[in-house]
Amino acid sequence: MAQAGSLVTDELRKLVGVESEPEVWEIEKGAIIKFAQSVEDRNPLWNDEGEARKTRYGGMIAPPTFTSMLRNEKLYDTIFELDLPAKRVLNAGNEIEFFEPIRPGDVITVTGKLADIAEREGSVGRMLVLTFEYTYKNQTGKVVSIGRNNIIRY
Amino acid sequence: MAQQVFFEDVAEGQEMPQLVKNPSTRQLVKWAGASGDYYEIHYDKDFAQSTGLDGCIVHGWLTFSFVAQMVTDWMGQDAFLKKIGVSYRGMNVPKQDIICKGKITKKYESDGEKIVECDIWAENTEGKKTTPGKAVVALPSHK
Repeated sequence: MAQAGSLVTDELRKLVGVESEPEVWEIEKGAIIKFAQSVEDRNPLWNDEGEARKTRYGGMIAPPTFTSMLRNEKLYDTIFELDLPAKRVLNAGNEIEFFEPIRPGDVITVTGKLADIAEREGSVGRMLVLTFEYTYKNQTGKVVSIGRNNIIRY
Repeated sequence: MAQQVFFEDVAEGQEMPQLVKNPSTRQLVKWAGASGDYYEIHYDKDFAQSTGLDGCIVHGWLTFSFVAQMVTDWMGQDAFLKKIGVSYRGMNVPKQDIICKGKITKKYESDGEKIVECDIWAENTEGKKTTPGKAVVALPSHK
């Protein structure tokens, strides 16, 4: 049973550690360039194949925050549709670890899970901190990145 | 682009060149389209105000991207970003400066890699750190 007055419901507790269905993203060079242009980041690594070829990477790669668009919608929907006593949602933070660059032509498989739940008193009152962890694998099965995202419900 | 920075050339306490961004509402729409984040608080003023905000706000991920750009501009094309993260502590609004800054806090070698750890953040025009975080970078060496 959920503790009286707790924001953590049994339904939520059951989701902790449950891996989502994978979602697959084909990485197009044009999408990388469009992404970089929207940040107004002119680094040749994510804009210019010819220039990027001269670097240690040997060609274009995706910029660091590109994983923001490689979502796992199913996990996202599960969480946003949860009927919790705390209705309002805030993105509290993001962290990304990199092991290999993401390159044009890669096929990235994204799985995610609710890794942790914590209840805290904050400036907005009592709140839930939901920590999601995402794993990004490329077509060779190599983990290229791990992303962590703290979502607050209050 | 700045010249390549090498491990031997940096010291703890050293600051990175700041990057100043001033996103227009058009840029927020471009980001929405490129990233797929279509939450209306970022481009629909009426909607934003209906949620209690004064107006549209900048996507947290976009501010994070600006801070990441400050880091990758500084570290050069032959370094490797190992880790980067930020917390969203305050809101940034369009048509105002977002000032991205960073400072090296630690420098060491580990498993043959030359590592620097940095405090990084974005400030608003009042000097409030809206988006503080950390980055870990492997730098190339002269040796």
